Amino acid sequence: MTTVSKAAKPAARAAARRPRVAAPRPAPAAPKPVMPAGTSHWAEQVHPMLVEAGIRQVGLVPDAGHSRLIQLCEADKSMRIVRLTTEEEGVALLAGAWLGGEKGVLLMQSSGVGNCINMLSLPVACSMPLLILVTMRGDHGEFNAAQVPMGDSTQAVLEAVGVLVKRADIAADVPEMVSSGLRLAFNTFRPVAILIGQRVSGAKDFRKLTQPAGDINE
Amino acid sequence: MSELLHRRTVVKELLKKRGDMVVIGGLGAPAWDITAAGDHDNNFPLWGAMGAAAMIGLGLALAQPKRRVLVVTGDGEMLMALGALATIAVQKPKNLSIVVLDNEHYGETGMQRTHTGYGVDMAGMAKAAGFARTMNITAQKDVLRLRPLIDGMRGPLFAQVKIDAEKLPLVLPPREASYIKNRMRISILGPEAALHQ
Repeated sequence: MTTVSKAAKPAARAAARRPRVAAPRPAPAAPKPVMPAGTSHWAEQVHPMLVEAGIRQVGLVPDAGHSRLIQLCEADKSMRIVRLTTEEEGVALLAGAWLGGEKGVLLMQSSGVGNCINMLSLPVACSMPLLILVTMRGDHGEFNAAQVPMGDSTQAVLEAVGVLVKRADIAADVPEMVSSGLRLAFNTFRPVAILIGQRVSGAKDFRKLTQPAGDINE
Repeated sequence: MSELLHRRTVVKELLKKRGDMVVIGGLGAPAWDITAAGDHDNNFPLWGAMGAAAMIGLGLALAQPKRRVLVVTGDGEMLMALGALATIAVQKPKNLSIVVLDNEHYGETGMQRTHTGYGVDMAGMAKAAGFARTMNITAQKDVLRLRPLIDGMRGPLFAQVKIDAEKLPLVLPPREASYIKNRMRISILGPEAALHQ
């Protein structure tokens, strides 16, 4: 094992780091979620679409990416918010709603998709419409390794059980994808999931959250 | 010692002159039981989706608040959805009743014991969650009291009915799920709303 004296070590490292050719220009920053001027959060456009489609029951397990939409739905007296203890409850809830003549939407994080798989046999076997809006974790720029296995398999498992899956990876696409998802689900009597990519809402950096409040906003 | 109640007798009593009551049957024996009492357009017997029955009942009860919605399910099926008791208690649907036929066994898979056979009190859990009315039933006289309580719509109501772990001949409901769905929607909403909206 070679040893380097403590004094020599920093210099040796600096030499190793020194570029032999001109340093490339810094890589351009990852594109930020595009929000065209004059528009607000995607949820401001999606909520009226849900109203227009006659959505009455909103089943949800919260996710930070859904928080604005949840606020808008909570403030809407035409909608019944049903807080779920686990996401598959919502699949059964909205099957019952459909039997009783009401339309619903289900909001969850991608980790919750894993909880739903067997329950999705219900809308698949019954040819029932179901719209699930899934905010992705374990996706673009994830910090938390625990989120990756489910996030990376969300689309595959949904499709394997018979759910149609569409994605939006920039905020500007979310309203259009929700609009198309509503039509696809309720016109063709199928479960449909819209995956809202982590690029839209951003990845949480837990290290920043270890800083005192006030320092976390960059 | 009183003799254990029999599941088909209990269900037949609950569904007597049922009127426009809507009934969800949990998968397995409860689905056969509600069918044995008389197949009906307002029956939704489950062939799968274990753990769905109570929450289907909630979605239906919220969509049809003037109608009585009765979930008849087994102890194993309800054990899979204990969180639903909390979800339902928060929503407080007055028209939803859940009757668990508790034989303390998984009847369809070889009669293995369930948690209730070790003393788990699901009615106690429903009460703690905030159900308006909960009952532990072991006698026929209490079964007779149950139906008027369901009709009274001051729920949500949860009744855990201890029954004999007898194996009975199956009475199969229709098997095609889309048919079972459509007949209920047509019955509740009428054909125009059910099929053309």
